[in-house]
Amino acid sequence: MSTLQSFLAVSGEAASFFKMGGYATYVWPAYAVFFLVLIADTVAPRLRRRRLLGELRARLARQSVRHERDATSAPPSSTPPSA
Amino acid sequence: MANWIPLWLHRLSSPPTFYRFAGTLLPWAMALAVLCGIIGLYGGLVLAPADYQQGDAYRIIFIHVPSAWMSMFIYAVMGVSAFIALVWRIKLAEVVAMESAPIGAAFTFITLVTGSLWGKPMWGTWWTWDARLTSELVLLFLYLGVIGLYHAFEDRRQGARAAAFLAIIGIINVPIVHFSVNWWNTLHQGSTVNIFGHSKISWDMLWPLLTMTLATKFYYAASLFRRARTDLLSLESGKDWVRRIAEGEADR
Amino acid sequence: MSRPRLSGACIAVLRRDLILAWRRRSDIAMPVLYALIVTMLFPFALGPEDTLLQRIAGGVILVTILLAMLLALDAMFASDIEDGSLEQLVLAPQPLALMLGMKILAHWLTTALPLIVIAPLLAAMLHLPAAVIPVLLLALLLVTPLISLFGGVLVALTAGTRRSGMLLALMLLPLCVPALIFAAGAVAAAQQGLPWLAPISWLAAVLVLAVVLAPLACAAALRIALDC
Repeated sequence: MSTLQSFLAVSGEAASFFKMGGYATYVWPAYAVFFLVLIADTVAPRLRRRRLLGELRARLARQSVRHERDATSAPPSSTPPSA
Repeated sequence: MANWIPLWLHRLSSPPTFYRFAGTLLPWAMALAVLCGIIGLYGGLVLAPADYQQGDAYRIIFIHVPSAWMSMFIYAVMGVSAFIALVWRIKLAEVVAMESAPIGAAFTFITLVTGSLWGKPMWGTWWTWDARLTSELVLLFLYLGVIGLYHAFEDRRQGARAAAFLAIIGIINVPIVHFSVNWWNTLHQGSTVNIFGHSKISWDMLWPLLTMTLATKFYYAASLFRRARTDLLSLESGKDWVRRIAEGEADR
Repeated sequence: MSRPRLSGACIAVLRRDLILAWRRRSDIAMPVLYALIVTMLFPFALGPEDTLLQRIAGGVILVTILLAMLLALDAMFASDIEDGSLEQLVLAPQPLALMLGMKILAHWLTTALPLIVIAPLLAAMLHLPAAVIPVLLLALLLVTPLISLFGGVLVALTAGTRRSGMLLALMLLPLCVPALIFAAGAVAAAQQGLPWLAPISWLAAVLVLAVVLAPLACAAALRIALDC
């Protein structure tokens, strides 16, 4: 019986916590905006970094392919191969 | 002439050194931000009693006020590093100034929205054109102007210098926001937290507020480190140290 | 050959800009026509009821003129950047701030002055009481140079960037808000028969400050934007 009572008491407290004295429609959206904006601010540079490094790796790959091609195919000439 | 500048500060302005430095501190700053956030929010949402006038709606203070303080603090940091960038043309100062702008804009936006959500139940209106709200909105436009001007230039460093100039012109707005409640008759309440005097807020509510302030400061440091590292990778993309990082991460 | 006097250089820059603007007379008419048309839209949109129009007349005229000047601001340095004469001005021995001040003055004369001349017409269209019109004109005489001066600094900063029109609006309008508040406050006070000298004095004080500081900021901004 006491566990049921304490369970009801705790869930009652939790319910009143979420109701925020009747101001729930103002308090919780405010906290939601806070967390959503900061999460977006955390994620955006990570995405940019991943994209940047991907592009850099692609560019390096293209450069190394071109380097190998110029080194193997072209006969020795006075002009240096373009990088 | 530059003997008073400690050597470690000088070394720090080198991009690969700052990249490593920021990379080491970043997880600690983020962890401290989350820790202080949890403690502050628990203290504010659960432990602190309801306000006798505002009931539970006042609990928005624990995110509204730290965000407002950050919106002004970040602008001040941005202004100082913009000044350093313009006068001494230090690349890292440009990066710090330009990458602080989006974070500052985010906090200003949070301030305006949470303030509006707090104002509706308390003042009966979502918005009013009083001095503090108007100057905070102008602050948001200044941040957006700095970001927009920075991205409008083809040459990133030239764009950074132009945006730094704009940031310095706009710095006059920061004291206006701060002192607006003293200089004008505003709907927004006056200052209750004083650094040098007695604060009019009870301790039960003050310590979560200060903890959240600390949390947002650590968050700003973490976010700035993250953004600055990414920006340095982009600026220095032709250099060897960036190449090594790109190749190193190919395995991940 | 003797060095030209500074006043001679100032007059030369002013004359050049005024002559160039006169050669493109239709460009002077554009902001005026824009202001007329936009002011005309308000009675259509809000209904021709006299009392409503009277209440909003002062603010509508100020905002319309502000936007008309904003549209014309882009052209302040555009053609000079294109043909390189602005860089020649930067490299000239005369103080750049003074030369740019003259250019801003020429721009104000060709853009704002026509707008101030038609302001009584705009006031009549919105049924602003005739007694208030002198205060409106005084407020415009003080506010429009402020817009030209602040705008000059920002146009110099965005010189040569793409899509600068929208960016200019985003940066300039928040900075103009205090001036707009005081000008509109003066007109509103005059409309209600209250003393209007205080906001006018504030405007005049800010204008004096801007006349001294804005050309210097404009010169610095131009040097940054042109990368000199």
